[in-house]
Amino acid sequence: MSTIAEKQAVLIEEFEFFDEWMDKYNHIIEMGKAMPVLDAVDKNDDLLVQGCQSKVWLKAEKKGEYVRFFADADAIIAKGIVAMLIDVFDNQPSTEVAAADLSFLEEIGLKDHLSPTRANGLMSMIKQMKFYALAFSSAN
Amino acid sequence: MSYDVQAIRKQFPILHQQIHGRPLVYLDNAATAQKPLAVIEAITHLYTKDNANVHRGVHTLSQRSTDAMEAVRSAVCAHINAREVAEIIFTRGITDSINTVAFGMGALLQPQQNVVITALEHHSNIVPWQMLCERTGAALRYIPMNDKGELDLSTLEVLVDENTAMVAFNHISNALGTINPVKTILSRAKAVGAWTLVDGAQSGPHALVDVQDWDVDFFTLSSHKMYGPTGLGVLYGKREHLEVLPPYQGGGEMIATVTMEKSTYADIPHKFEAGTPHVEGIIGFGAALEYINSVGIEAIATHEAALLDYATTTLSTIDGFRIIGTAEKKASVISFLVEGTHPYDLGVLLDQQGVAVRTGQHCTQPIMDQFCIAGTARASFAMYNTIEEIDLFKVALERAVTMLR
Ligand SMILES: Cc1ncc(COP(=O)(O)O)c(C=O)c1O
Repeated sequence: MSTIAEKQAVLIEEFEFFDEWMDKYNHIIEMGKAMPVLDAVDKNDDLLVQGCQSKVWLKAEKKGEYVRFFADADAIIAKGIVAMLIDVFDNQPSTEVAAADLSFLEEIGLKDHLSPTRANGLMSMIKQMKFYALAFSSAN
Repeated sequence: MSYDVQAIRKQFPILHQQIHGRPLVYLDNAATAQKPLAVIEAITHLYTKDNANVHRGVHTLSQRSTDAMEAVRSAVCAHINAREVAEIIFTRGITDSINTVAFGMGALLQPQQNVVITALEHHSNIVPWQMLCERTGAALRYIPMNDKGELDLSTLEVLVDENTAMVAFNHISNALGTINPVKTILSRAKAVGAWTLVDGAQSGPHALVDVQDWDVDFFTLSSHKMYGPTGLGVLYGKREHLEVLPPYQGGGEMIATVTMEKSTYADIPHKFEAGTPHVEGIIGFGAALEYINSVGIEAIATHEAALLDYATTTLSTIDGFRIIGTAEKKASVISFLVEGTHPYDLGVLLDQQGVAVRTGQHCTQPIMDQFCIAGTARASFAMYNTIEEIDLFKVALERAVTMLR
């Protein structure tokens, strides 16, 4: 099982392959398409991440010391971005998710590239995931 | 003389740049239009030669600034054929213009009266009236629209009745491009003695409006949509109405006398122009008007109609392309969705290819609600857009759609 740091390193390596942002987007889109969708019942307002331009639903489950994440979005780029976060955080120890430093977002250039509103959306997703992880780890 | 779009493009420096390595194709003109050199130079001239506060000084610069500003007031008066210069008020924009009227009517409206707007309005022609109605207890009514985005006028006689104090609507819808039947609505309002206000945000850059021919009570324009500076608008009102309407901001410039107990207001237009005006905006707007008139607003409208026709035909060949707003009479706006894609994703991938379109609700949430959609992508054309740009747009859109599906 890879650690959060190892997962990030893999993503960074994948993105190094692309020079053009159109190709990076293509990769993000493919990750979005590959992510399993949420059941319709889970796409409710309670699971909506606040602060995203498009609709992003995020669900978390406690599995002992670990945390599972599931998500969906109505726009595919947002879905691809949340898929990357899930790739890094899913099935990791809650304590580590809560404390993690997501340097890959800077390394692949996503943070600088997004418009301020979209960058806010990204921060909201991360905050929400860490919030769940923190709640689960203090319940351990 | 034929329309020389390349010569026009030369006048707009911002158009000549690359975005993400591709030539900029600017198709977000309904949000704001780009500025010609004439406007940029007029502002530079003001700050390098004439700048001073207006209406206040006896010195030469103050005189020059005041004269330049008042010359623009006269030009606006002539442009919309108002009866007199005093009927032209400078505001911060259309939003400010509408709020000025809606606030002032708070003192005049009775609870049993009503205000009529339409299902096609921008938020800035909805919210001020909602606030007015909340304050006064008056009712707010909407003229509905059909699935093509055209107003349903069969309801007009019922909705606009003896108790209607104001009928306010836009000439052209920013979200769908629908050109509304202004005279039909105005004549019903007149028959019951209601005041009327037309939001000219989207007609300013595309159509000539004669306020006396329309016999409209209030009309508004926005400089930034007409190739002029941001932060400036026009409120035209008939003198007899402006005289009874209380001002909604107090301060310098708008008073005749001030004592610690009570002030009396200046005559129109100054009564509605509290504080130092947006002199630079006004001067720039004057240059924009001159520029529009030098190209000719009818020639511009003809050019844009050709762009709209071409774009509608060529884009419709894209699989799953759907236009939201298919009124018989439309201005150069195409609001659209492509099956299997989200407008935000389209917007991002178009931007990556140099094409600027607007995505979202376009400040018209009730319209999107009626169509049961979260928003659209919108391409809107201006005097400097070309057929070649529409071709580039189409290629970029096809690429985006292929990636997204
Ligand atoms: C139809 C319509 N009305 C009003 C406005 C608001 O104009 P302003 O930016 O001048 O306040 C806009 C601009 O978005 C518009 O398109």
